[in-house]
Amino acid sequence: MTRHSAEARVPVLFVVPAALGLAILLLPLAGLLARAPWNRLGEILGSDGVLTALRLSLLTATLATAICVVCGIPLAWLLARGSFPGRSLLRGLVTVPLVLPPVIGGIALLVAFGRSGTVGSWLESATGTTLPFTTAAVVIAQSFVAMPFLVIAVEGALRGADRRYEDVAATLGASPWTIFRRVTLPAVAPGVLSGAVLCWARALGEFGATITFAGSFPGITRTLPLEAYSAIGAGDAETAIVLSLLMIAVAVAVLALLRDRWMVRG
Amino acid sequence: MPRLAAFAMHTDRKRGVDVGVLQRLLPIGVHCKGVAALLAGAVAAFSGAACSGAGEPDRITVLAAASLTEPFTMLADEVSDDGDVALSFGASSALVEQLRAGARADVLATADTRTMALAVDAGLITGDPIVFARNSLVLAVPAGNPGGVSGLADLARDELRVALCEPQVPCGAAAERMLATAGIDARPDTLEADARDTAGKLALGEVDAALIYRTDVTSAMAIVDVPPEAEVVTEYLVAIVDGASNHRGAEEFIAAVTGATGRRLLAEAGFDTP
Repeated sequence: MTRHSAEARVPVLFVVPAALGLAILLLPLAGLLARAPWNRLGEILGSDGVLTALRLSLLTATLATAICVVCGIPLAWLLARGSFPGRSLLRGLVTVPLVLPPVIGGIALLVAFGRSGTVGSWLESATGTTLPFTTAAVVIAQSFVAMPFLVIAVEGALRGADRRYEDVAATLGASPWTIFRRVTLPAVAPGVLSGAVLCWARALGEFGATITFAGSFPGITRTLPLEAYSAIGAGDAETAIVLSLLMIAVAVAVLALLRDRWMVRG
Repeated sequence: MPRLAAFAMHTDRKRGVDVGVLQRLLPIGVHCKGVAALLAGAVAAFSGAACSGAGEPDRITVLAAASLTEPFTMLADEVSDDGDVALSFGASSALVEQLRAGARADVLATADTRTMALAVDAGLITGDPIVFARNSLVLAVPAGNPGGVSGLADLARDELRVALCEPQVPCGAAAERMLATAGIDARPDTLEADARDTAGKLALGEVDAALIYRTDVTSAMAIVDVPPEAEVVTEYLVAIVDGASNHRGAEEFIAAVTGATGRRLLAEAGFDTP
């Protein structure tokens, strides 16, 4: 029993608020499971609307993640290794979409890239195309909200990496690009991977910025979360519940995938 | 910046819808009572003051179609001299689903007969629904008509940006009827969740044309005529919710809607009243 006495004793006052906290976090999920139309699960998951939304979501979230990786790694490198005035301000700005309500992000995107927007009106006169209501708009909205996840993860990995290997490579005559490709990138690969997974999950769940900036049309802009919202608006609670379960399953899978990196700490 | 101003108005109006979203997730009555019960059981001292709203006997809770936002908000101000009126706006089909999920409300007002029939069939209504207003669907364009829209046939033009309501919500069902009558195979770019969302996309100038209610047309928009045979008129119905905690208040509110004040406010908003 000596081991038992070494454990922290739970203050009695904590029990009730902790139980309430758990109830707030878990009751909604339990409610979904309780009301799920299990006998119609396959039928709803296999319906045209759901499959179309699923395909679109997988495509757009993957494209957005690719954009975030291609643009986010160099951005993270600049923030971690670059030395230029305003660097800390820039780092702050990069994380703004993390704390911004997504619908505000959608309004900002609309004001910038919409038809009457500063960039959007120029784009329309130059190319004759407009972004809102296109699949490209969905990808842009998702990249906007998801990019900070990747940048922060990679920047943290870069700061934690041992720079002496890079210094040695430089003294051996390697070019900056070779150093990045052969030394730095392999060292931060786990950070890139976890950043990309988080980024993908955030893009997959994107709702507010998408519906504001890209609208909602099946096969073009109506991703899984928008399909769920449209289902509940149309009075089809069963489809909404099944879609919610699908999104929760993806979220749990992502957490399981990242568990080894982020959750084993104690 | 007239477009930004119109958008600000739109987001402001959307508050009602946001409340609706909350209610969809957690029906208000259940939510507050549940939290109050938990607190009472746990701390034994809380009287549920934070949740006083839903349980108040003289509060009238009204679920109404999004297109009724303005007249009902003004009517609520006139009705509630002593008690108060809680309004929640959304697509009629979504409101019926909220009731089905257990939302506590006293009055339901829908934008068409089909959604009210859904509520009646589900046993959510007591007594007979009353028709209190009529609205019509119009083809609307942003002021200046940038897409050069001259009639319903233009909605089939692929290069035009077109917004319609989701087919399952009343304004979307009306749009489908109008397009079917005119024999037009429209090419919408977005199907919005309720009438106000559709009007909002037009107010922003992001679409060239939209089928919206006459009552949602603002000074930033213009109406393009449609052939008389394609015109669609929708009927608004109001009814008392079965199990309403404030039955008398519900009767008073419906009396106000169908009475002189209600008819005046509805007419000012552009509705036809019977």
